[in-house]
Amino acid sequence: MSSDSTAILDDYKYGFYTEIETDSVPKGLNEDVIRIISAKKEEPEWMLEWRLKAYRWWLKQQEPKWAHLDYPPVDFQDICYYSAPKKKSDNPDEIDEELAATFEKLGIPLHERDRLAGVAVDAVFDSVSVGTTHRELLAEKGIIFCSISEAIREHPELVKKYLGTVVPYTDNYYASLNSAVFTDGSFCYIPKGVRCPVDLSTYFRINALDTGQFERTLIVAEDSSYVSYLEGCTAPSRDRNQLHAAVVELIALDKAEIKYATVQNWYAGDKEGKGGIYNFVTKRGHCRGQNSKISWTQVEAGSAITWKYPSVIMEGDNSSGAFYSVAVTTNKMQADTGTKMVHIGNNTKSTIVSKGISAGKSVNSYRGLVQVLPDAANCRNYSNCDSMLIGGECSANTFPYIESENSSAVIEHEATTSRVSEDQIFYLKSRGLSEEDAISMVVNGFAREVFKQLPLEFSVEAIKLLEMKLEGSIG
Amino acid sequence: MSDTQTYFEIRNLHAETEGIPILKGVDLSIKQGETHALMGPNGSGKSTLANVIMGHPAYEVTDGEIIFMGQNVLELDPEERAQAGLFLAFQYPVAIPGVSVAKFLKSAHDACHPELKSKSSEFLKELRENIKYLEVDDSFINRYLNDGFSGGEKKRMEILQMLTLKPKFAVMDETDSGLDIDALKVVSKGVNKLAGPNFGLLVITHYERILRYIHPDHLHILIEGKIVHSGGPELVKKLEESGYDWVREQFGQEVLVG
Ligand SMILES: Nc1ncnc2c1ncn2[C@@H]1O[C@H](COP(=O)(O)OP(=O)(O)OP(=O)(O)O)[C@@H](O)[C@H]1O
Ligand SMILES: [Mg+2]
Repeated sequence: MSSDSTAILDDYKYGFYTEIETDSVPKGLNEDVIRIISAKKEEPEWMLEWRLKAYRWWLKQQEPKWAHLDYPPVDFQDICYYSAPKKKSDNPDEIDEELAATFEKLGIPLHERDRLAGVAVDAVFDSVSVGTTHRELLAEKGIIFCSISEAIREHPELVKKYLGTVVPYTDNYYASLNSAVFTDGSFCYIPKGVRCPVDLSTYFRINALDTGQFERTLIVAEDSSYVSYLEGCTAPSRDRNQLHAAVVELIALDKAEIKYATVQNWYAGDKEGKGGIYNFVTKRGHCRGQNSKISWTQVEAGSAITWKYPSVIMEGDNSSGAFYSVAVTTNKMQADTGTKMVHIGNNTKSTIVSKGISAGKSVNSYRGLVQVLPDAANCRNYSNCDSMLIGGECSANTFPYIESENSSAVIEHEATTSRVSEDQIFYLKSRGLSEEDAISMVVNGFAREVFKQLPLEFSVEAIKLLEMKLEGSIG
Repeated sequence: MSDTQTYFEIRNLHAETEGIPILKGVDLSIKQGETHALMGPNGSGKSTLANVIMGHPAYEVTDGEIIFMGQNVLELDPEERAQAGLFLAFQYPVAIPGVSVAKFLKSAHDACHPELKSKSSEFLKELRENIKYLEVDDSFINRYLNDGFSGGEKKRMEILQMLTLKPKFAVMDETDSGLDIDALKVVSKGVNKLAGPNFGLLVITHYERILRYIHPDHLHILIEGKIVHSGGPELVKKLEESGYDWVREQFGQEVLVG
């Protein structure tokens, strides 16, 4: 059990720490640690084998350096790979009161009596899921929505069939690390022809000090099914960096549609750039079936460093992929984010709308790849990457890559960089709007196309989040 | 408030930007119901004066005061000035992409008139009337504010904002520049709709022709940050009889274009 002296005061309102007894594995990474994690999760042998293969592969790799980011090397032996609140009860449906209170404070009620209407929530605290709401409603429709650990135990055939098929453990450095040590995340399975009646949502909370969170999420949408999934995240404010290395895999079969939205608000460090989460994430969707659709919508507002490219592989003919992103960086935050759209099937269509907002001394980069394979006929891509600068000390970069090997492809790319000027803010203020309302109006207008993609209440939240982030950053 | 009392007054106003003095002691007094015209060559400080009246942060007031209906304007933030009933029609209105004209005008209206906060439907009805009055196309309601607008459209948009916000005192900074004659008539029509005993207006211009539509009661010439000449009704009468040629003779061709 750790008492926390490093949580520092600042204006990040989710920066509190929950005193709770934990069951954790000593710092450091080796095969034994992986065996312990697997044992704690009561995993079948094949799962452990897969983890170990990933670990052995990872050992042979170098940390990638190509991103437009600057940070000291991560000491992987100085991280704790498993930390879980100690169970007080053996009843899996009973939620620990202290944890429920923590999530309540974060605006995520877990108790059935006051849970969020219209959204089923899976809450992940450090390395484990602590509760999932709306279970019966979902079960009636045959939808499986639970933590990935539970899915490995209860639905091993499904997990085995799909896990690692979109992001193999050899994919990249952080993905293979995640495959070796992933602790929790969500599993969603939507059966054939089912339209998921509520939005599914996972809320990730990092609490313990020096603990890495290795989230693994897997969403499978069978033929003609539909699901909208939302992800939110926060962590205590600390002056030491913490690692969040997630892998998310989405699989859409014939005519299925998956909408995945993230509002990422990890602790971003203080004004001097001390502390904050390193957010190194691999998110990829696979339009495996014909006429399938996958869209990623992200509002990236937190983390000291973000390295994230939610991508779509359009293999089925007539499938489509979309990426809508608002990334805001302030103070000394660094973000290198974007997407990869891979056109394999005929008549596949992708859309990229990226809005980067940088303030303070932050660095905000968009990196995107549109790839059309030789046999993919009549593909289209439309990309629009806009950057907005607030103040004179931040920077924005755009790195768009196009690799088209089929001459029938139509690829359009637009990019702009603009500055929120004192004059814009003054113009709005001279019409009676307060400084906050003026900034929010400019930023909102700028990110309008992306906010439109979010479910209404989330877009309201996201707009508030941006306003909070940008308060006081003009002039 | 009786119309003999001071309505809007500037006393000994000095303002600078980045250490460079631009306004060097401006005095100006405008009574309720009056329209004043301000002329002067390029760079004389007209827009600076307009911006300082509205509280632009780029300018520092080093001396003097601005009083509006008994309030010390310099103590107020720009939004408080707007809420108090001041309005500036900008010489170069900026664009706010992604923000529709309707949404912007509703927010601005509600901020300036919290007591009149209207339902969206009522607001839209009035907005449509004003838009028609200014002969603007209905589609502008859903366009993004000044984004891709032509010069003339931006100027009409400023007047539309003025009609929507119903200020008590307005400064129009070269609203007439770059307008064709039809647009000029429309803009003047808009201004004259607001004009009346409860309104004060300062019209900054380089052109004689707008003064034929908006009849000023007083005329001021600003040169190098100072008002070098002011005249009241007797001057205006003289102008009506013998034209503006003497202005050009006395203060230079650039002050007033025919
Ligand atoms: N923000 C600023 N920064 C630097 N210089 C400025 C600024 N604003 C005004 N000036 C300078 O102050 C002087 C007066 O400018 P202002 O725009 O007030 O003139 P004006 O009378 O409105 O001219 P015009 O007839 O061309 O509109 C000019 O020399 C201008 O370059
Ligand atoms: Mg000017």
